[in-house]
Amino acid sequence: MSTYSLSDGLASGAPRLSRAPLLASWIRVSGAGILASVAWIAFGLSCLWWADVGDWSRTHSLGIAALVIAAIALFGTVGADYLGSAGKALHKRAPWLVALGMFLCVWEVATAKFAWLPLPFFPPPQAIIEVYTDDLPKLLDSVFASVKLQLGGYLIGATVGFLTGVSIGWSRAVGYWVHPVLRFIGPLPATAWLPIAFFTFPSSWSASTFLIALATGFPVTVLTWSGVASVSNAYYDVARTLGAKPSFLVLKVAIPAALPHVFVGLFMGLGSSFAVLVVAEMIGVKAGLGWYLQWAQGWAAYANMYAALIVMSLLCSGAITLLFSIRDRLLVWQKGTVKW
Amino acid sequence: MVALAEAITHPAAGAALDIEQVGHAFDIDGTELPVLSDVSISVEPGEFVALLGPSGCGKSTLLRLVAGLDRPKAGTLREDEARITRPHPSRVVVFQDPTLFPWRSVWDNVALGLEAQGILKSQRHRVDAALDLVGLSSFRNAYPHQLSGGMAQRVALARALVNDPKILILDEPLGKLDSLTRITMQAELVALWQRKGFTTLLVTHDAEEALVLANRVIVFSDRPARVKADIRVDRPYPRHRGDPYLADLRRQILGLLGLDATW
Repeated sequence: MSTYSLSDGLASGAPRLSRAPLLASWIRVSGAGILASVAWIAFGLSCLWWADVGDWSRTHSLGIAALVIAAIALFGTVGADYLGSAGKALHKRAPWLVALGMFLCVWEVATAKFAWLPLPFFPPPQAIIEVYTDDLPKLLDSVFASVKLQLGGYLIGATVGFLTGVSIGWSRAVGYWVHPVLRFIGPLPATAWLPIAFFTFPSSWSASTFLIALATGFPVTVLTWSGVASVSNAYYDVARTLGAKPSFLVLKVAIPAALPHVFVGLFMGLGSSFAVLVVAEMIGVKAGLGWYLQWAQGWAAYANMYAALIVMSLLCSGAITLLFSIRDRLLVWQKGTVKW
Repeated sequence: MVALAEAITHPAAGAALDIEQVGHAFDIDGTELPVLSDVSISVEPGEFVALLGPSGCGKSTLLRLVAGLDRPKAGTLREDEARITRPHPSRVVVFQDPTLFPWRSVWDNVALGLEAQGILKSQRHRVDAALDLVGLSSFRNAYPHQLSGGMAQRVALARALVNDPKILILDEPLGKLDSLTRITMQAELVALWQRKGFTTLLVTHDAEEALVLANRVIVFSDRPARVKADIRVDRPYPRHRGDPYLADLRRQILGLLGLDATW
């Protein structure tokens, strides 16, 4: 039996009134989990029931796996009381599990079983699973290459952008020289540099690193600068009367006050650097997920393309999540002042 | 309440302040707007001086000059004979807004001065003592947004006092507080001043506050500010708001400010 939610206001030992509301509340709490299980059973059966229209080796395993997931969802829902936080997590995600199971079921039927969607442009789920199992080494190499390139370029761009932004915001002289350059070059999409960069840099790797750094650096610079420039003079006055030297004003007043802006710049830079990464890999670099996509398209290996796209989106959203958690840690003081 | 006698045991804690024929003006779109004209005030060590005047008359500008945040266009300011040219932790300002740094905890805010002077490591106990002094030790790990207005202003006071200032400069520090908190903090200010013996300069536009707190009330004219009257308030502390002597002084002061008709 599942627990009552807290809003019901009933302690575990409270007297139960009648059967009907009990059943109703049980359905309300566990219904989504049961439905999730049903959806995944449907997906599993759709894999196993009909014969495939094409030649895919993982159909059977996928069907079994779907049934296993359905079983986990069922037992997780019924036994939520004994599973603690895992049960709670399952309960929270159950509606999504329903949607996902239904989507996969429709996808399976529409592609592998009746070919309503034209093959090979729309491969079935088992074809994508096949890529992950059979082409794993190449995919992992690509992931590694992409992460390496992105990380290097992003860190360089973010560091240079941050330092430039602070200098422009702080020093009038630096601002005089750097500001016009920034206005002239900054709005140019970093990808416009691609042809020149691949000529002038010694390797395609260094050219791409430069472009990713450029794409990251511009928003970081502008937002760091505006953050530093918008720090209230009152803070500087307070620090100065307490004996602060200029270095203290920069490091302990301007930078911490500007940090919320800096993070906006870091988020924007991350987004635009992803675009540059993929384009650079498609055009010049002979490794990475962008290159894998291009290669798969050349061989009309559409399942590989979808597989690579899924990995790519997981990596990008993982990077954003990581940046969010760094921000939450550094800007914990904002928690009461800003709506999250 | 701390006895008056105790203040006399630390006569050296405060510094003398000499303001000599100081004039100042602001540039506003090319035109010069005079805000202070020929102001001369001599403050004894340990005095509590209230500067009273109509809103916008230039009192706060004078405080910024004393703090060393701005340089006067004319005249000189001296702290114990030494000319004031830039800010120094011996002259600390408490502003109308607490201006606590929102990214620092209460303790770290109070530690700001010692950290800026590079002596925090050996002097951490002074931060604890300052927080004790304003009664906020239990809030040391709170962030400023978690504090009430009165608590935030107390932290600002602790942040100033931790530097053991010779001159404490108060720019309407109680101006934004509710009247009950205000009365409590007025009493606390007097107690702190008596205990520590620093020279205090208080800008206010509340005649009653000036009379309850200060030894001496200086009344300014409208802009450009000049000294209109310099009134000694020889009453022992704690003072009572209903004291007829103070009420009489208050009537006089309001008269000087052109508000006698309303009383």
